Amino acid sequence: MAYPTDRKYTKEHEWIQASGTTAIVGITDYAQQSLGDIVFVELPKVGVELAAGKTFGTVESVKAVSDLYAPASGTVTEVNGDLATSPEKVNQDAHGSWMLKLTLKNAGELDGLLSAADYEKFVAEEAGH
Amino acid sequence: MSSIEATAPAIRKTALNAVHRQMGAKMVEFNGWDMPVEYPAAIGCGIIAEHMAVRTGVGIFDVSHMGDIRLAGPRALAAVQHISMNDASRLAVGQAQYSALLYPQGTFVDDVIVHRLGEVEYLLVINAGTREKDFNWVRDNTRQFECAVENVSDDFTQIAIQGPRAVDLLQKLTDADLSVVKFYWVTRGTVCGLKNILIARTGYTAEDGFEIYVPADEQTSTRVWNEILSAGIEFDAVPCGLGARNTLRLEGKLPLYGHEISDTINVWEAGLDRFCKMEKTEFVGRTALEKAKTEGVKRTLVGLEMIERGIARDGYKVLDGAGREIGYVTSGSPAPFLKKNIALAYVPPEFAAVGIPVKVEIRGQGVGAQMVPTPFYKRPKRTA
Repeated sequence: MAYPTDRKYTKEHEWIQASGTTAIVGITDYAQQSLGDIVFVELPKVGVELAAGKTFGTVESVKAVSDLYAPASGTVTEVNGDLATSPEKVNQDAHGSWMLKLTLKNAGELDGLLSAADYEKFVAEEAGH
Repeated sequence: MSSIEATAPAIRKTALNAVHRQMGAKMVEFNGWDMPVEYPAAIGCGIIAEHMAVRTGVGIFDVSHMGDIRLAGPRALAAVQHISMNDASRLAVGQAQYSALLYPQGTFVDDVIVHRLGEVEYLLVINAGTREKDFNWVRDNTRQFECAVENVSDDFTQIAIQGPRAVDLLQKLTDADLSVVKFYWVTRGTVCGLKNILIARTGYTAEDGFEIYVPADEQTSTRVWNEILSAGIEFDAVPCGLGARNTLRLEGKLPLYGHEISDTINVWEAGLDRFCKMEKTEFVGRTALEKAKTEGVKRTLVGLEMIERGIARDGYKVLDGAGREIGYVTSGSPAPFLKKNIALAYVPPEFAAVGIPVKVEIRGQGVGAQMVPTPFYKRPKRTA
């Protein structure tokens, strides 16, 4: 799997793609693969303040419940309502299925996240265990 | 003479472990075993696809982690009757029954399938996580009977072929006439060229199907597994992991040790009355169960269906309308065939009527659910 280079990644397997002070957030292909069939995505309401590194929602597969962690701090401006009815879209296209839109508090926070190459290396190590 | 206790090694692998890994299965530790939980989406698998294959076609499972205890000798029936709650005297040679081993207090050592293989020969099929405990317990509780007790768990690779097309698939590979083998009966036949293989029409999927017991060496096991998969191509057969095995058994309300049954749950609470024959001769646990029956149960196993958005999971709290804790979920999951979020739970009997609304606490929130009839899924009657 080639990870898109137009965004940053976390060790908790989220991606964030920023443009100025707005950003979209989702989970990685590695995450969807590890979870298996995704059947439930629970996201915060518009207006909620997210703090970097803190949980903001839940994604559930048939077998597992997994927390979602905010890659950066900011305010939720939109959530992808599609995923409430069609959560399997995350399996089909994880990097194309954004979960929420944010107004970033400090775009500089993204500098501390992983590049596509670093993330790929990170998951290769994790999968090797 | 000192007795040898059976103990479990650190992590165990079935003879098909390398095959599962080669197929790209996601592996997990289950009760000390390194087992496939699901096979990759790239080969048409994943828990939902595997589950649906078993409901509508056929799926193949490696269930070699299950244990097997053989009891044989002049007093084998008396021994089986003493240690299990169902009435094994009703079994004809070649017949099997669901039963359980109980502690003196009427709670579960394990649930088992008892097969009568010969006039004085029985095979108990037991759970992976309780293999050593069960064997030690069976041996210790049958010493007074003239009967040999043997742990034959490592002798077999056990493969389950499950689903409405299981009979068609397996018939291609055996000379035994499967059409005359009824559900919960066993036969022997040549399978994939191997003579005298035990073929049981049993399973843990709430579907028709077979479980075969082949020699446990890696080469034979691998060959049989691959031949079954090849023979299954025309039926769209898929390999299935423990994930689908769990959702399938949950739809059918088949108990899982450590969840619906355990050493602290008794037979009446678990609702397994029809497999417990109080009228037969004395058996371990009977006295306590008689007393428990008079006293009545404080909790009972029920089926729940989520009404509001949310998935009940193992261990979640069940709340009444006022938000008071009344019980807990023993197994909860999305049900892939029923396309509902279902759960089994222990609650006080007054909540056990179909239609009663309750809540399940999910991440601190009470989410609406209601009591529904069980089993959630019952396979359609098919004309043979």
